[in-house]
Amino acid sequence: MAPRKSAKKPNVSAEELKAYYRDMLLIRRFEEKAGQLYGMGLIGGFCHLYIGQEAVVVGLEAAAEEGDKRITSYRDHGHMLACGMDPNGVMAELTGREGGYSKGKGGSMHMFSKEKHFYGGHGIVAAQVPLGAGLAFSDKYKGNDRVTFTYFGDGAANQGQVYEAYNMAEIWNLPVVFVIENNQYAMGTSTKRSTHSPSYWERGAAYGIKGEEVDGMDVLAVKAAGQKAVETCRAGKGPYILEIKTYRYRGHSMSDPAKYRTREEVQKMRDERDPIENVRSMLLTGKHATEDDLKAIDKEIKTIVNESAEFAKTSPEPALEELWTDIYAEVEEA
Amino acid sequence: MATEILMPALSPTMEEGTLAKWLVKEGDTVASGDIMAEIETDKATMEFEAVDEGTIGKILIAEGTEGVKVNTAIAILLEDGESVDDIDTSAATPEAAPAADAGNEAAPAATEAPASAPPAAPQTDTSPDWPEGTALKEQTVREALRDGMAEEMRRDDSVFLMGEEVAEYQGAYKISQGMLDEFGAKRVIDTPITEHGFAGIATGAAFGGLRPIVEFMTFNFAMQAIDQIINSAAKTLYMSGGQMGAPMVFRGPNGAAARVGAQHSQDYAAWYMQVPGLKVAMPYSASDYKGLMKTAIRDPNPVIFLENEILYGRSFDVPELDDYTVPFGKARIWREGSDVSIVSFGIGMSYALAAADRLAEEGISAEVIDLRTLRPMDTGSIIKSVMKTNRCVTVEEGWPQGSVGNYISSVIMQEAFDYLDAPVINCTGKDVPMPYAANLEKLALVTTDEVVAAVKQVTYK
Repeated sequence: MAPRKSAKKPNVSAEELKAYYRDMLLIRRFEEKAGQLYGMGLIGGFCHLYIGQEAVVVGLEAAAEEGDKRITSYRDHGHMLACGMDPNGVMAELTGREGGYSKGKGGSMHMFSKEKHFYGGHGIVAAQVPLGAGLAFSDKYKGNDRVTFTYFGDGAANQGQVYEAYNMAEIWNLPVVFVIENNQYAMGTSTKRSTHSPSYWERGAAYGIKGEEVDGMDVLAVKAAGQKAVETCRAGKGPYILEIKTYRYRGHSMSDPAKYRTREEVQKMRDERDPIENVRSMLLTGKHATEDDLKAIDKEIKTIVNESAEFAKTSPEPALEELWTDIYAEVEEA
Repeated sequence: MATEILMPALSPTMEEGTLAKWLVKEGDTVASGDIMAEIETDKATMEFEAVDEGTIGKILIAEGTEGVKVNTAIAILLEDGESVDDIDTSAATPEAAPAADAGNEAAPAATEAPASAPPAAPQTDTSPDWPEGTALKEQTVREALRDGMAEEMRRDDSVFLMGEEVAEYQGAYKISQGMLDEFGAKRVIDTPITEHGFAGIATGAAFGGLRPIVEFMTFNFAMQAIDQIINSAAKTLYMSGGQMGAPMVFRGPNGAAARVGAQHSQDYAAWYMQVPGLKVAMPYSASDYKGLMKTAIRDPNPVIFLENEILYGRSFDVPELDDYTVPFGKARIWREGSDVSIVSFGIGMSYALAAADRLAEEGISAEVIDLRTLRPMDTGSIIKSVMKTNRCVTVEEGWPQGSVGNYISSVIMQEAFDYLDAPVINCTGKDVPMPYAANLEKLALVTTDEVVAAVKQVTYK
């Protein structure tokens, strides 16, 4: 992926830029901590880290408004933090504790927040795509102008139900932004080995859906593209596809040794294209922040993340009675 | 403060591993993300990255060491300004992961130990479905089903119907006749032929606060959509800790029609009945189609509503009440009897009732129970009846292995074993894909003759 000049004169304030730096750093430090807790046996099962992809969700959340919805796959920690969910609740769900967003019953892959309009957290690759189109359907039905961000990966982009959803989203003009987070590897299979049409967003043309490719290591480019997509949807001209080229530094899940790519490939991406370093250098070279300002942010983030880890360790396991709750919603008496 | 670097767990099942190689040495500084070591798990060799920044003060486990337990301290990391002398080696005890002791404790009382004495007959709701003297009108199942949906759509704007040919075509089986005219294209929505996709879109719409009714042209096609039905609609309430679920109805004809071959003739009752988070209705009579459909639409959970094409054209009495509903989990006793309990649901009731008529002519008194809903299932009414008759035959069109009847048999065995005078017999469809040839298809389906024969077997007549 060649570096792209996306925003020559970024239309962004120093405060906004600092906020993006902070939000991306929160995700990175949170994920590193999650990896550490996994290593200690405090997090079990599957745990898919978002490190490297932070600019995608932070950039798109910058384009979102109150009431907009989001839904994603199992690599969901970054999305939750970016939309303002409480790091304590997320981390405690990872450790399977009562204080977690799903009371410990969902785990890393299954978290939700009605308050923040975050609809999961889905473990079946691409199942969230029609679900996201359905969330957008509900907003259109109600006649508001809210938009749903439906995230999925390059792996999911080869599932049939994605195209079933595209087709209906277009014939019904649903206000949904399909966000393809193309991190170039579907677990261990590179995009080169899984398709001969590697430009995923162009597939939308077959259904009459507009879209574009975006540099996912550049938070400002993501934000700009997100704003365009959101405007299109709010104007009743959705759906829209954003293929965001990004990169995951870690393995697919904690137990993936990532032997399908070279260490040099990962290191090169980290050294040259890191989304957080990009913003950091923008802040410093543009004199929007001093080293001390950034250190203060680093410290604040470290405190938040450490507190979330402490909360996640000390929150009790769910009461055994919880096994039997939330299977059915109560029927309201007429 | 110096921190211990612990042997990490690098897979869901790893308990120990080999510290294959150190990529740092004592005195090296590390930053978050630097690779410090290679660790061999049971599956692969993994790179182990630093989380915190600092200086490697001491390496505690030499490279090449095998069988290093997870959470053993393998190195000491120093912060700025600390030296190796600051290391308090007595502190090198691992922070233990929480013991998974919950599994050893007794689970809450959902699986109570079987009582040694036979239980008393269960309390069941045997009230009539409508008050005596209610005016009745004869309606087909098709009309009653449409009325049930239309009444609920008038009552609640968030209810809508979507599926293949439901709108302009007026329904592939004419269930939604006239609904497009009354409710408009916003609420009666034709979909492309794309079951997986529209089941997912409808489920998402339910997450978003609407109450979709999804028509599958037949439930055979819902196999394309079953991942969304089960993984998304049925499980989300639980996975979200009760925050959001899918108030919706999946409906359509289920089971064999006539001469449509193996891929269009399957009964899914036993499949869906197995899934926690779903409710399953499979009515027989027109009044139940109407009353249960209204209840299904109002229910805040995903409901599987299994209809039958052959029943669509049959007529039954339906009460002329403004708002007629039938509760889930309440069986209907179609005829009382003393010699045997015949338990069925859906089109199986046709055979059960026909068999009871013939048995009556031969002096055998059969009690016929229509379960109406399979989840929740009114097992209380079954047990109560079996305590009276001491014999039971179940009737369904689905396959025999893992059938609804198998489940009913196990419930009777556990709750009324001492009352049984004969083994329960499950009359089911045959254990074959549905053949096309008329004579073979007839042979593959359950028949009234088989039900009569089963009753004679359990009554030793």
